[in-house]
Amino acid sequence: MNQKANLEVFAETLLDLAKKDNDIIVVTSDSRGSGKLTQFGKELPNQIIEVGIAEQNLVGICAGLSAVGKKVFGVSPSSFLTARSLEQIKNDIAYSNHPVTLVGISAGVSYGQLGSTHHSIHDLAVLRTINNISVVVPSDNFETRESIKEAVNYTKPLFIRFGKKPMQKIHNDNDSFKIGKGTKIRDGKDILFVTTGETAQRVLLASEILEKEKIFCSHINLHTIKPFDNDLFLNSLSKVKAIISVEEHSESGGLGEKCASLISQNNIQIPFKIIGFPDEYMINGSQSDVLDHYNMSPEKLAKIAKDLMN
Amino acid sequence: MLNKKELELKSLEYRKTILNIIYKSGAGHTAGSLSCIDILNVLYNNILKINPENFNSIDRNRYVQSKGHTVEALYTVLCDKNFFTKEDLNTLNKFDSHFIGHPTRKVPGVEHNTGALGHGLSVAVGMAIGFKLNNKPFKVYTLLGDGELSEGSIWESLLSASKYKLDNLVIIIDRNGLQITGKTEEVNPIEPLMDKFLSFGLSVKQVNGNSVSELDAIFNKVPFDEKKPNLIIANTIKGKGISFIENEVVWHHKLPSDEEYKKAIEELNTQLENYK
Repeated sequence: MNQKANLEVFAETLLDLAKKDNDIIVVTSDSRGSGKLTQFGKELPNQIIEVGIAEQNLVGICAGLSAVGKKVFGVSPSSFLTARSLEQIKNDIAYSNHPVTLVGISAGVSYGQLGSTHHSIHDLAVLRTINNISVVVPSDNFETRESIKEAVNYTKPLFIRFGKKPMQKIHNDNDSFKIGKGTKIRDGKDILFVTTGETAQRVLLASEILEKEKIFCSHINLHTIKPFDNDLFLNSLSKVKAIISVEEHSESGGLGEKCASLISQNNIQIPFKIIGFPDEYMINGSQSDVLDHYNMSPEKLAKIAKDLMN
Repeated sequence: MLNKKELELKSLEYRKTILNIIYKSGAGHTAGSLSCIDILNVLYNNILKINPENFNSIDRNRYVQSKGHTVEALYTVLCDKNFFTKEDLNTLNKFDSHFIGHPTRKVPGVEHNTGALGHGLSVAVGMAIGFKLNNKPFKVYTLLGDGELSEGSIWESLLSASKYKLDNLVIIIDRNGLQITGKTEEVNPIEPLMDKFLSFGLSVKQVNGNSVSELDAIFNKVPFDEKKPNLIIANTIKGKGISFIENEVVWHHKLPSDEEYKKAIEELNTQLENYK
């Protein structure tokens, strides 16, 4: 079933929550439109702070608002938020321990042909190395809605990132969600797919292709990159023959390397493949074309799985 | 509330403490702490009304020290205001002490973790906006170094301060004219400062930042203008109070030798004697 973009669900959820709680404040950096927050601005003009194109200032202001009791959501394109303002995230939010939620919109390669300046394929890696910030990457509308709801009263610094394309339904509305706890989406004996964020959608399709060829996949989705659900990951390894991690992120420092580190530190021997973006000048194309090119089409994922089985 | 003479005596005592803790701990930003100590003295003793009893309350004034490296001045004043003991302070720079070389909230009384420059003003702006949103009467004070003004984020913050008409924000520039490499006007000229701040929509005053009476008077005039952020250019002397440290670039974070420490304390004791 075709659903909304996670971006839209984020904006609707936040507006609903903020109508009931006037301590919820959104801070934008000329990102009201791209954050789908125009309606928020119309309905709750006293709960939105606009700093203009100044992401460093956005993060600092978020910290200050939090320090005087506000529940703050700083919303800006993930590329700028997590690179330009990295020192503010590190010092003013994480180190100073202000429970601000930073929302990285149009994450990964959402901006497609706008190119590398706008892509955020580094954000998970850099934030994994910052102490005292949790990192969440929802895979569908459900996880987006639930993560925003949990964020309001989350007691630590938090980063959430997602894209802007319509999603397929992965989870049911009565599924459980908790930051730090992954979910099992499919159970099978051959391949374990590990995903975070919207690439889970592509893995669903790959798993279906493989099932027709009698290759049965497990699929766990780790919406929280930090703190990582080590138990779910390690407990999912026992019965499968190979692992493939898939992320809309650099191969370096993200989901895949987190899994690799857990595998090696637990003395587990198993074929393992990380699917992400390589260290090269990125190819130009739409988000979908770029993901397809870098092995994230369902067909290519299925082929990689088959090759790994042999 | 302290009168002029009491404040001046405090400043001399504070200067002795700054030298003492830097000398004993083996690290510190000597000259910058000496340039800004009169500002902190007046703020904490006569203006801020922040104390250990109300510190955990949301409803109070705020002080953010953006120039985090002169933390010895901040620790000295917080200790005097009973946020922690002298024994605590004497753990400065020791292994596993919370008293590190830049402010952290692990130290009682510290509002925000600073040290990297160009951060404190945005945070102060956020606090001041928050107070406005909640219709609270509290003010936010922040101390910036003049070398720090090269950071672009400062000027981003000033735009927001002006946009949101933060007349509850008081920005103090410790204008001592020096930074680690040399004179600010040689390293990266920032003048004409007054014109720059005025053009950003601030209400700007200039004072002798080592005169407790001038500082006290100017802080009591806040807000200078309705609906404009307040900015005070506090003209100070880096190393103020010790003859051989004043205006010497090398003292940015130089440590006093045994002999220099003794001489500095003697100079301060002489100034104290002259008061009695």
